[in-house]
Amino acid sequence: MLTLSSISVAFAGRTILHNVDFTLAQGSFCGLIGSNGSGKTTLLRTILGLVKPDRGTVDTGGHEIGYVPQKIQLDPFMPLRARDVVALGLDGNRFGLPLPSAARRRTVDAMLTAVDATGFADRRVGDLSGGQQQRIMIAHALVRRPKLLLLDEPLANLDLRSVAEVVSLLHTLSFEQRITVLLSAHDMNPLLPVMDRIVYLANGSSVSGTVGEVVRGAVLSRLYGYHIDVIRVHGRVLVVAAGGEDGLDADIACEPVHVTQIR
Amino acid sequence: MFSGFMINTWIAASIVAATAGLVGFFVVVRGASFAAHALPLSIFPGAAAAAWLGINEIGGLVAFAALGVIGIDALSRRGRPEVATALTLVMLLGLGTLFLSRTTTYAQEVYGLLFGQVLGIGAADITPIALVSAAAAGAVLLLFRPLLLSAVSRDLAQARGAAPARTDLAFLVILAMASAVALPVVGALLVFSLMVGPAAAARNLTDRAGLAIALSVAISLLTVWAAIALSYLTNWPVGFFVGFFGALAYGLGRGALHLRRARRAMA
Repeated sequence: MLTLSSISVAFAGRTILHNVDFTLAQGSFCGLIGSNGSGKTTLLRTILGLVKPDRGTVDTGGHEIGYVPQKIQLDPFMPLRARDVVALGLDGNRFGLPLPSAARRRTVDAMLTAVDATGFADRRVGDLSGGQQQRIMIAHALVRRPKLLLLDEPLANLDLRSVAEVVSLLHTLSFEQRITVLLSAHDMNPLLPVMDRIVYLANGSSVSGTVGEVVRGAVLSRLYGYHIDVIRVHGRVLVVAAGGEDGLDADIACEPVHVTQIR
Repeated sequence: MFSGFMINTWIAASIVAATAGLVGFFVVVRGASFAAHALPLSIFPGAAAAAWLGINEIGGLVAFAALGVIGIDALSRRGRPEVATALTLVMLLGLGTLFLSRTTTYAQEVYGLLFGQVLGIGAADITPIALVSAAAAGAVLLLFRPLLLSAVSRDLAQARGAAPARTDLAFLVILAMASAVALPVVGALLVFSLMVGPAAAARNLTDRAGLAIALSVAISLLTVWAAIALSYLTNWPVGFFVGFFGALAYGLGRGALHLRRARRAMA
């Protein structure tokens, strides 16, 4: 479904990604986990073909890709309804005026139903809450029925309840329509119940596998290049760097990298 | 008011106002107000250049419109668009000062180009105004969806294959065409108020893009018609009325949006 082979990307002499490899089977739900600046956005844009890798290949099997970019700020003064944004996902690159068509309307309505957005479909999109806007963005990305969906930090800046709702919606869509989901996040915690694969990025390199294979002290220590402890406390997992060594990222040295709930 | 030379005024002003209302919708939703302000002012020295070189005035305006588009587009690729726009404006205005100092153009004509000369439109001006306006309007309708999608988000447009950089350039060309023909009619300073005021009001009155465009065109036409009529009756400058009605429409639009949101919050 999706195979990346030894992808390397550098900008202005700085290595962003180095020999990133992984494969996703159809219908899998994969978290792309890493701290800010670890190259998650670059990796997603490389898969989309918006960034040309210096080395390596991306094979999407010719499938169409749906994409939800990070941090979309919708202008509250933009005179567009939520359903109009979904319709732009269908044919927003086409020339000419969109002529009213029953088929077009049915497709958009079906997508609005699938993301449970019928209740606010006719409201101005900039007036919606963050969670509602994220649903509309997902509908925009999926309205052409792609088999691969990439989402860049879709859970950032959402309240806890919206996070749970968006995760559960994505899981349902992935399960029912056999969509492969690759979702980036700096916090893997909300994804653990639904994620069957994980790609962990640090220092431009990656490890991938199941959560049980990847989120382990020995594996992450090798990835980060210094000692990492994965601590289980009260059914949660803390991923903590030992700290104090030369060249350590201050954030990682001082703080838990991730707080993770193990099921 | 509707006889003789005034007929040309009504026709030319109506064409210019309708085009400004249409193009202005995208100026407002794409956040391109600064470009809409800078382009007419950058184009205006084209008339001075034409006078100095002894060529047709519209030719000079179009040449400077092209220079403005090329300048803004080329500089935007390397930096922030508003800096690129400002630099282009400054360079072309500087050239304009030079050409003005070399010609014997009367101050009255410069004043007309800045503030409009609606009452001095000749029959020969109508055809070029109509043709360039029709081209600008046609381009907006052709690019309707890419213009709207990249206004929502450049990332979304790029992922959908709508090439936002090319859309930006196309929009600058549209804006420059609409500005160049509006300029001799309503003046460099007031092209801007016609492009922004009606569209900014219209987007607050409805949540539908198509309806907002229709309202923007309607408000723009009403603004210009009322301004010409009142200017004819009072002998006050047309520009005053255009600016005043533009601001008034915007204020009423904001009030209407506020009311609609308050009503929804109560429901």
